[in-house]
Amino acid sequence: MVSVTDLRTMYEQMVTARHYEERLVDEYLVGKQPAFDISAGPIPGELHLAAGHEASGAGVCIHLRDDDTVTAPHRPHHIAIAKGVDLKRMTAEIFGRKTGLCRGKGGHMHLFDPDVNFACSGIIAQGCPPAVGAAMAAKKRNTDAVAVAFLGEGAIDQGGFLESLNLAAVHDLPVVFVVEDNDWAISMPKDRVTDVQNGAQRADGFDMPGVRIDSDDAMAVYEAAGEAVMRARDGNGPTLIEVQVHRRMGHFMGDAEGYRPEADIDRAKQRDSIERLAEDLRSHGVTDDELDEIRERAHERVEEVISWAKEQPEPDPEEAYENVFTNPPAQAATDGGAAADAPGDAGETGGDN
Amino acid sequence: MATESRDYTEATETDRELTMSRAMVEAIAWEMRENEEVFYMGEDVADYGGIFSSTTGLLDEFGRDRVMDVPISETAYLGAAVGAAQAGMRPIAELMFVDFFGVAMDQIYNNMAKNTYMSGGSFSVPMVLTTAVGGTYNDAGQHSQTLYGTFAHLPGMKVVVPSTAYDAKGLMHSAIRDDDPVVYMFHKRLMGLGWMPSPPGPKTGVPKEDYTIPFGEADVKRPGDDVTVVTLGLHVHRAMEAAEQLDDDGIDAEVIDLRTLVPLDTETVLDSVRKTGKLLVVDEDYQSFGVTGEIVARAAEGALDDLSAVKRLAIPDVPIPYARSLEDEVNPGTDDIAAAVRELHE
Ligand SMILES: Cc1ncc(C[n+]2csc(CCOP(=O)(O)OP(=O)(O)O)c2C)c(N)n1
Ligand SMILES: [Mg+2]
Repeated sequence: MVSVTDLRTMYEQMVTARHYEERLVDEYLVGKQPAFDISAGPIPGELHLAAGHEASGAGVCIHLRDDDTVTAPHRPHHIAIAKGVDLKRMTAEIFGRKTGLCRGKGGHMHLFDPDVNFACSGIIAQGCPPAVGAAMAAKKRNTDAVAVAFLGEGAIDQGGFLESLNLAAVHDLPVVFVVEDNDWAISMPKDRVTDVQNGAQRADGFDMPGVRIDSDDAMAVYEAAGEAVMRARDGNGPTLIEVQVHRRMGHFMGDAEGYRPEADIDRAKQRDSIERLAEDLRSHGVTDDELDEIRERAHERVEEVISWAKEQPEPDPEEAYENVFTNPPAQAATDGGAAADAPGDAGETGGDN
Repeated sequence: MATESRDYTEATETDRELTMSRAMVEAIAWEMRENEEVFYMGEDVADYGGIFSSTTGLLDEFGRDRVMDVPISETAYLGAAVGAAQAGMRPIAELMFVDFFGVAMDQIYNNMAKNTYMSGGSFSVPMVLTTAVGGTYNDAGQHSQTLYGTFAHLPGMKVVVPSTAYDAKGLMHSAIRDDDPVVYMFHKRLMGLGWMPSPPGPKTGVPKEDYTIPFGEADVKRPGDDVTVVTLGLHVHRAMEAAEQLDDDGIDAEVIDLRTLVPLDTETVLDSVRKTGKLLVVDEDYQSFGVTGEIVARAAEGALDDLSAVKRLAIPDVPIPYARSLEDEVNPGTDDIAAAVRELHE
């Protein structure tokens, strides 16, 4: 049974993630109005926000420790927040700053935080194989760490995912695959690209348990993920979970969603997993005042990390040549290639961990 | 092909200006009307009209059978295009960003590119692989590459890189009619998207009728006597801007747009360097083992005695970084081009 403490933690992570995305909308649009220019403003490039996906990140990651690995796709913020990624440095990364998680080299789709074993790939399904590898390392070293790969329902048609299921299954690796089904892959509805409505059925062909959670319900995710993570930790192999979530915003910022029926947009907004969890908390005796308090704390934290990030310096142009290699070849500086300076001293980055 | 098409030398640019995306779509639509064997498939190419407007309006005219949204399964649908092409159809398959080639490279280079040769010429693979390339909008290392050299390096595919609307249309007609696989690489920054402003150059007059631009004919965009600047894609426009600046200082740069990498118009490059003696190659791909090195090598092989100085500007062998200050550092800018020409001219 889920404890009230865990419910509160999930709620706090979910409201943090929701508010974070809503605030990033404002920040992203700076310099992009009235004419939208993707390369203008303090946050340039693509931005995929995860409002409506929170229950999956929170309900899964609450079972994880820092030494467990998570890989996330192009829509990673809610997962990163739930995994405990340094939110200050993550935000600085999104703003392209020197003290960002990746020193400004990765951006929002490519967040890496070794302290909590978190990594991303912006290529569909390509976070799956590295998660399998993390699980392989855990098994070889006889630790009880696990790995979780998050992906969208659009990714379940990709070879990298299907091959990973098989490799994980045949080696009984401690890995959990979590498919976030928001019904859409950019403009393509699920039924246009797969004949299987329940993505968890993919597990059948690989002889592993497959669980579908139909309800965008943090408690239900909590239960299913708890079982899957325990199964992995106990050395009993992988599990595939598909969670129904909702895309409350466009695929990326600037997406006018002309392809999406109005009714579908409305429906996504009505099914709010955060509201649902608040109800659960109330039924466990948590008062509205306490919920307000959690929300305020989350909002303050989000404001704090955003202001911190915006004060951070931009990377110096010369830093572009660093970090191509951990051990840069000695002659690289003279051949027009990556800089050969001594491996960079990470220095003080001043995040919140 | 039902209609006798006009050669590009006859088709004149008109007052009707189009963006590169409109011009590209116009050619595709024309070919689809003429030839029922032509169809388009890719992710978000139907209702969305292509993330970079490569298929705007095609669904309305041709329906879902011929403008197909496909699963995010690049290996399957690019390989399916190879199979359909070998069966005699003329598929156009879109790889949304060239950076995603990795998940389907086997179909591209072991099947699409090699089946003609490995079958001893008994099979043809008349397909077009369209793909968006390039950076300048801070999308980081998995979404900003051009990979021109990667595709041009592997034998068996023709590689086309339009830099204007006029070329985009003519090259697309040629690509679809070609009996070989053609990789058609369109630069996002040049498409004329409302949300990613283009520089002024790519929007040009485009004739209404169909016309082809033969592969292997570079375009001398600006004749000049002092320094040859060879480039392609977005950097054609950066080089033209640099050339205007240099002109004010009395330096006369000749700017050559390669337009196609395979086949490569070596003669135009050689003619130019024989005249100027100085060569700058500008590329938005990685520097080592790529387009810049190839052009310099061909110039050296063909006109070594005429060459007095050579330089190249390209991405300095680092993945494309996200932050604006970092990406600007590694992607050759107009000022970098002007400075390099000045150095060569000294
Ligand atoms: C291999 C590959 N193909 C295509 C893309 C472009 N792309 C980015 S997100 C996306 C849709 C993903 O849909 P889904 O997996 O359902 O995740 P969602 O965006 O809905 O969260 C696509 C096609 C990509 N990044 N990688
Ligand atoms: Mg989806």
